[in-house]
Amino acid sequence: MKAIVCVKQVPDTSGKVAVKPDGTLDRASMATITNPDDLTAVEAALQLKDKTGCEVVVVSMGPFTAEGMLRELLAMGADRAVLVSGREFGGSDTFATSQILAAAVNKIGVDEDDVVFCGRQAIDGDTAQVGPQIAEKLHLPQVTYAASIEQREDGSLVVKRLLEDGYMLLKVKTPCLITCVKELTTPRYMSVGGIFECYSKPLEVFDYEALKDDPLIEVDTIGLKGSPTNVFKSFTPPQKGAGTMLEDAGQLVGILNDKHLI
Amino acid sequence: MEFTLNREQQLAQKMFRDFAQNEVKPLAQEVDEEERFPVETVRKMAKLGMMGIYFPRSVGGAGGDVLTYVLAIEELSKVCATTGVILSAHTSLCAAPIYENGTTEQKAKYLPKLCSGEWLGAFGLTEPGAGTDAQGQQTTAVLDEATGEWVLNGSKIFITNAGYANLFIIIAVTGTVLDKRGRKQKEISAFIVERTDPGFSVGKHEKKMGIRGSSTCELIFQDCRIPKDRLLGAKGKGFALAMKTLDGGRIGIAAQALGISQGALDETVAYVKERKQFGRSIAQFQNTQFELAEMKARVDAARFLVYNAALKKQSAADGAKVRYSVEAAEAKLIASRTASDVTRRCLQLFGGYGYTRDYPIERMMRDAKITEIYEGTSEVQMMVISGDMLK
Repeated sequence: MKAIVCVKQVPDTSGKVAVKPDGTLDRASMATITNPDDLTAVEAALQLKDKTGCEVVVVSMGPFTAEGMLRELLAMGADRAVLVSGREFGGSDTFATSQILAAAVNKIGVDEDDVVFCGRQAIDGDTAQVGPQIAEKLHLPQVTYAASIEQREDGSLVVKRLLEDGYMLLKVKTPCLITCVKELTTPRYMSVGGIFECYSKPLEVFDYEALKDDPLIEVDTIGLKGSPTNVFKSFTPPQKGAGTMLEDAGQLVGILNDKHLI
Repeated sequence: MEFTLNREQQLAQKMFRDFAQNEVKPLAQEVDEEERFPVETVRKMAKLGMMGIYFPRSVGGAGGDVLTYVLAIEELSKVCATTGVILSAHTSLCAAPIYENGTTEQKAKYLPKLCSGEWLGAFGLTEPGAGTDAQGQQTTAVLDEATGEWVLNGSKIFITNAGYANLFIIIAVTGTVLDKRGRKQKEISAFIVERTDPGFSVGKHEKKMGIRGSSTCELIFQDCRIPKDRLLGAKGKGFALAMKTLDGGRIGIAAQALGISQGALDETVAYVKERKQFGRSIAQFQNTQFELAEMKARVDAARFLVYNAALKKQSAADGAKVRYSVEAAEAKLIASRTASDVTRRCLQLFGGYGYTRDYPIERMMRDAKITEIYEGTSEVQMMVISGDMLK
């Protein structure tokens, strides 16, 4: 059994957000963190490792500087890392990214009892599309918004999906893809021992050459060319003022009345 | 000489910082006010491999280095000096002397327990009549030939971690010897005492000005019997062992002092930007700016001395024939004075609010003082430094 976790390095939005003239993020000038939901996914995979002893493989698409993030995940306890990096992959939107990541996951290999974990969505794009698209392209059953995962004796997983108006329990057979929300668990810290070990753990780079034979990888399915999305404009929305909590409907009626709205 | 942290040290610093901010800082005020030893924090640190940072994996350590250990104490002490000294005393004063002086059996028996944090360690040298004058020891250890046991009698005071420690390094008098000039001297040896040993007990808990969550107690030995093989290092070499242990310990305390200073500075920078007087933030006043600038320069200077001592201890650990007593003494002297000075000046910038317990700065000022006293007062550090200059 193994757990493959797709992770993304994202700008630290607690700092200043910089945007390039073409509307995309100026990532080079911003501090980076591991996408929070992806960290939850890593923790879910590590908990599966704690229980079953399975291997945990973390995979990320990004520039070479993303190695730092992958080393941190290795220091948390992941066994090996894959960095998908190449000029050809640059400028990919969620469609092209999932195309490339699916090819990378294919190359790592998905066996019968494997689970692919993703975070629900990244804090920079907020699309929540990449996980589900990877599942479709790999023809894997997918469960999104996982808030808890429980392994049954027959190897199947019972996943609690957190929805806006409640939750849904789903039983799924492996191999499958699960996207995780932060309610699932709290990511562990790196351990000191893990830190002094992480640079000797394997980190493989998949470039265009490594993935080009996969049927998912075509000139018009990856990179800027393979991306149907056009960014129209990026901006920081103005902050909303603090709301007022009302005790009952009567108060609301009073306020509306005062404003001559009713 | 270079102070660039390597990639592992950078990751470790990040981890320690996150841990300190998320797990330690929220408890700091409560730990101080209730004089509560933060057991749950120690358990968490143990899980993360922080209780044996610079010991090799072969003895259960994390396989790190001395500077990484210093970074841990610095980050912890930025937010809670109590937590910083728990780690320092455990590592420098208990695990280190066993690692450096223990027999193969002693190391195999105790280091995995200490490094995993299953056991907490402490060190007993100070007595009511023997502080700076460590030769004034009264605690005795006599070998009972019939049973092959050492019998310890006496008491120790001001022992850090005492209330929660499972293992103690104890310095005791084992006889008399003649020095080079033919004068009678006490023969001093070191021993390993387990908490459950018969005749051993932990006495009065001290109520202190600062580091109030740290467990500082008396140790009592009443015909305390321990097996013969608990002698640590050679018989009669206990004084040298204690002094060398304190050289290492001082680096830990220097790191604690450094952390307190930096923590106070961080709090103050945030505060002066918020606090408004005469229609503007007090950060806009030149007095504030000059105070901050000078304090930062002093803290950085202390940091270089502390890291330098850590690197020197590391080369000694790596097998180089170097001593680091002077470097450790310089680091502790300057870092502890800086801590007292900086926390006092930071509190002044906080004004009246700084004097209240609503802000952490008064706690930091109280915590800072001990770093000028324990593991050798500032005066002892100066004796060590000048002793080396004038030898």
